[in-house]
Amino acid sequence: MSEHIVTSFDQDLERIDKLIRDMGELGAEMVADATRALLSSDEPLAQRIVSEDVIMDARQRELDDAAIALIAKRQPMAQDLRTVIGAIRIAADLERIGDLAKNVAKRVPSAGGSTIPKPLSGSLQTMSELVLAQVRRAIAMYASRDAEGLVSLREDDERIDIQYTSLFRELLTYMMEDPRNITSCTHLIFCAKNLERIGDHVTNIAENGYYTLTGQQLPATRPKADETAAAQG
Amino acid sequence: MPEAIMNQETYRQSEFARASDPSVAAGSRPNAISDTLKADVRGLSFWYDQFQALKNIDLPIAEKKVTALIGASGCGKSTLLRCFNRMHDLYPGNRYDGEIVLLPENQNIVDKGIDPIRVRLKAGMVFQKPNPFPKSIFENVASGLRVRGIRDRAVIAGRVEEVLREAALWDEVKDRLDQSAYALSGGQQQRLCIARTLAPEPELILLDEPTSALDPIATAKIEELIEKLRDHYAIVIVTHSMQQAARISAYCAFMHLGQLVEFGTNETIFTSPKEKRTQDYITGRFG
Repeated sequence: MSEHIVTSFDQDLERIDKLIRDMGELGAEMVADATRALLSSDEPLAQRIVSEDVIMDARQRELDDAAIALIAKRQPMAQDLRTVIGAIRIAADLERIGDLAKNVAKRVPSAGGSTIPKPLSGSLQTMSELVLAQVRRAIAMYASRDAEGLVSLREDDERIDIQYTSLFRELLTYMMEDPRNITSCTHLIFCAKNLERIGDHVTNIAENGYYTLTGQQLPATRPKADETAAAQG
Repeated sequence: MPEAIMNQETYRQSEFARASDPSVAAGSRPNAISDTLKADVRGLSFWYDQFQALKNIDLPIAEKKVTALIGASGCGKSTLLRCFNRMHDLYPGNRYDGEIVLLPENQNIVDKGIDPIRVRLKAGMVFQKPNPFPKSIFENVASGLRVRGIRDRAVIAGRVEEVLREAALWDEVKDRLDQSAYALSGGQQQRLCIARTLAPEPELILLDEPTSALDPIATAKIEELIEKLRDHYAIVIVTHSMQQAARISAYCAFMHLGQLVEFGTNETIFTSPKEKRTQDYITGRFG
């Protein structure tokens, strides 16, 4: 994309782009820290995530202000308009990712991390790695304007859903084995669900990013493999 | 295959059939649209003496819709607009090739055999700078009727009020119709010019940057007026304001160096144009 005739227009867009990248990096860091805090029962680390969420919220407000100001000042059209609206929506998803990571962190004291059986913590670890990779890829692909990459990213959400379903079943088994596990396992189910939701927000980011870059909407249907509803029955 | 049927088939596929039958034309031409057409520009080229200002333009003009022509200065958009009322005929050496077919009468208005005066009665034009005649407000509008040969005073008075109302000017001028048009503000003068254009009951309204000399309030009033007029007329507007084109047009054509680069619905052109040159122009980038 060539440059604008008005240089400060490019600077305004660059500022919004940088805020998205910053929020994305912060979100990825929060997700990584949240699982680490959960699995090692690291309460100080969990506390830090809660305060990081405040920064995330502030970044989102900053981005909203910058986007509104840009629309008012420059009346962007076509690609520029899509970029600004896309940024507002992507920022909302990143902010939600921060909230969900914070929610995982808040459960650290109750989830009994150090007492989590090895196979279960391994499954949680696997799931969080999948989610984290998705968050990082989303931001990298958005930054490098890789529209095709965003399509495959959206499809890869299926792997998180599959992992979530299997983790859900695993947690049910532990609760049935010993009712004393119910409290911690319930918290872990919420943590797993939060991670799964983060995956859904990454999917949204991929869809918005794709629209921003191409002007085309991806088809509404996307891979869905959350079978926990079936598992319950 | 019997010869008679074959001939019919051949005829249907021929260029001649396409040019004379709008229903066939709509499906097989570039830039086809699903709306009813008021006019259809087909392979139009135009020369100012030796200089070719328009190159093989295909452009549908929808009935009761606003079509905006955008592009940098010198791209040919005003030249194209002026073809619709044969204004170029006022200067020697100018030459048209191709057609602008007015529908449903199916008449090529750039045909040499068609009297330009008759074309101008069908296609009224409003210019960048308000250009009322040095006459009273009433006479400015009435003159458009006299051109049509209307002499009956009562008919003229009735029609003058009607079009002044249509141009959203009546309430502001009804008590001073005999005052000079020059006493009006710029925005009012422009609405008066629009009223004068409406008087002879045109089929097509041509607006050449109608608000570029007006302040934002007067501009808003003209845009409000255009939104009302599009319920009754096909409107073609040339504008330098991208936002204005985005606000009021249903279709938009982007021109560059005498060519029509991209034609599409408002939504397509202003949110996801297909051509890079369109994108660069409407987002204000170096092309």
